[in-house]
Amino acid sequence: MAVTLDQTIAQKQHTFVSRLFSSQTFWVVIAVILACLFLSFATDAFATSKNLYNITRNITFVAIIALGMTFVIITGGIDLSVGSVLCLSSMVLAVTMHAGYSIEVGILASIATALSIGAFNGVLIAYLGFPPFVVTLGMLSIARSLAMVASNNTVVFQFGPDHDKLLALGGGAWVFGIANPVLYMIILALITGFVLRWTKFGRHIFAIGGNEHAATLTGVPVRQIKVAVYMISALAAGIAGIVQTGWLGAVTTNLGNGMELQVIAATVIGGADLAGGVGTAFGAIVGAALIEIIRNSLGLLGINAFWQGVFIGGAILLAVLFDRIRNFRRND
Amino acid sequence: MAVLELTNISKHFGAIQAVNDVSLAIEPGQVVGLMGDNGAGKSTLVKMIAGNFHPSHGIMRLEDKELILHKPADARQHGIEIVHQDLALCNNLTAAANVYLGRELRRGVGPFRILDYATMYKRAGQLFAQLKSETRPRDLVKQMSGGQRQAVAIARTMLSQAKIVLMDEPTAAISVRQVAEVLNLIRHLRDQGIAVVLISHRMPDVFDVADRVIVMRRGRKVADKTIASSSPEEVTGLITGAIEQVA
Repeated sequence: MAVTLDQTIAQKQHTFVSRLFSSQTFWVVIAVILACLFLSFATDAFATSKNLYNITRNITFVAIIALGMTFVIITGGIDLSVGSVLCLSSMVLAVTMHAGYSIEVGILASIATALSIGAFNGVLIAYLGFPPFVVTLGMLSIARSLAMVASNNTVVFQFGPDHDKLLALGGGAWVFGIANPVLYMIILALITGFVLRWTKFGRHIFAIGGNEHAATLTGVPVRQIKVAVYMISALAAGIAGIVQTGWLGAVTTNLGNGMELQVIAATVIGGADLAGGVGTAFGAIVGAALIEIIRNSLGLLGINAFWQGVFIGGAILLAVLFDRIRNFRRND
Repeated sequence: MAVLELTNISKHFGAIQAVNDVSLAIEPGQVVGLMGDNGAGKSTLVKMIAGNFHPSHGIMRLEDKELILHKPADARQHGIEIVHQDLALCNNLTAAANVYLGRELRRGVGPFRILDYATMYKRAGQLFAQLKSETRPRDLVKQMSGGQRQAVAIARTMLSQAKIVLMDEPTAAISVRQVAEVLNLIRHLRDQGIAVVLISHRMPDVFDVADRVIVMRRGRKVADKTIASSSPEEVTGLITGAIEQVA
């Protein structure tokens, strides 16, 4: 029977299952589930509600920033300043509240700080053509230094009249005993997933990562979008900073030190491609989860904590290895 | 009535005269081959029509109305579409997403508008069917052949009511079989009354598909005649300068 042109065009080459199996995120999810099953049987401490509460909450800070980072990485950029932005946002919040202002003012100041840093990064990258690596590397240094200036390098642990409100915001569990940060993470992940898949903005982000020149030629507002993604990344870091301040109840100037690398690791493990054009919100969360579970399990299994880096680094390489193998096969 | 008419168009960059006093008119449904050696001024001429450059002298008219373009988006709004030499495709997106890049369809109200995947897939599929190209809207461009990629880039020009399509070296880097496919795509555009300007180095392609050939040398138009009244030998002579100029 002859196949007509219309039938060929209408044919769907990829079923849901084939797409699932070819996705790096799917295999990382499997790894996470297997690890959880193994740990539940191998240790008594893993599957306790207290440990699970801890794990889910620890995932959130890296995961929330990873959501913002996903936008940047999909455009083919990178944001190394997120750890320092987290610290600066926390410090601005802490110092403002310590000075007697309400929590609303503190959060507003903190978010405004984060957004202006993101805008600064974005303008340098999009309009002045600076390489993202260099701009955000510079900001990594600048933002942490500003945090030290703002606090005179002291620990802030008294947050003025709204002290308790802040601690409840970050440390409470308002719904079904789920830690608040986890709720924030879920909400932000849903928003991120929606924006990436269902909005014109999201589509344009993927286009820029796929072929920036083509995006420009077809009328995509490339520069504005680039500024926006660095603002989103900084905003995510700022939100994580606010939540973490409430959870810890104290801010030091080494908060979020080296966190950018964990965040980038999480997005890459979750399937984002540093070359741009690929990434999902779910992947960012799953990547953050795998890192945290590795960290947690090493402790429970009684393995020396010095080995942590080896396992996390191994997970990064392994996740990307699968992707490389698929690429080799496709190119054969 | 000519769809596009250029009158005494010149363009210079400082002391360099890239295009010198060129006049031409293109009819609807006509395929015009624009030929010339590197540096003859073809690209500069096309870039003026595409809104990338502003002419130094002369007037452009689109359907008898003066055409002033400040940026490429203006050209597109007037129904002038360009297929770039590198096709300007995003490999990580589907064929449909590439067709609609920059002009995505959305549904919903006010600020709550989401991408209309279903309609974009459907419309893109219809365009590929019109072009008689076996291209699936849901496939990633990454996995496509050169001919299919051309089809995606050309389908993009058919989204709006294009009056004229400029194609920059569409057959430069693809296989013989795919060249035939692309020439067919050009014929399908022509059959819909769209004027096509085909910039090409490849003599056989121009003589295969074009109705007219315009030859440029050193910024000047040195020939503008029907394919039937010319020959590859004559055009080669005109390009190289062995033949100075023909009426």
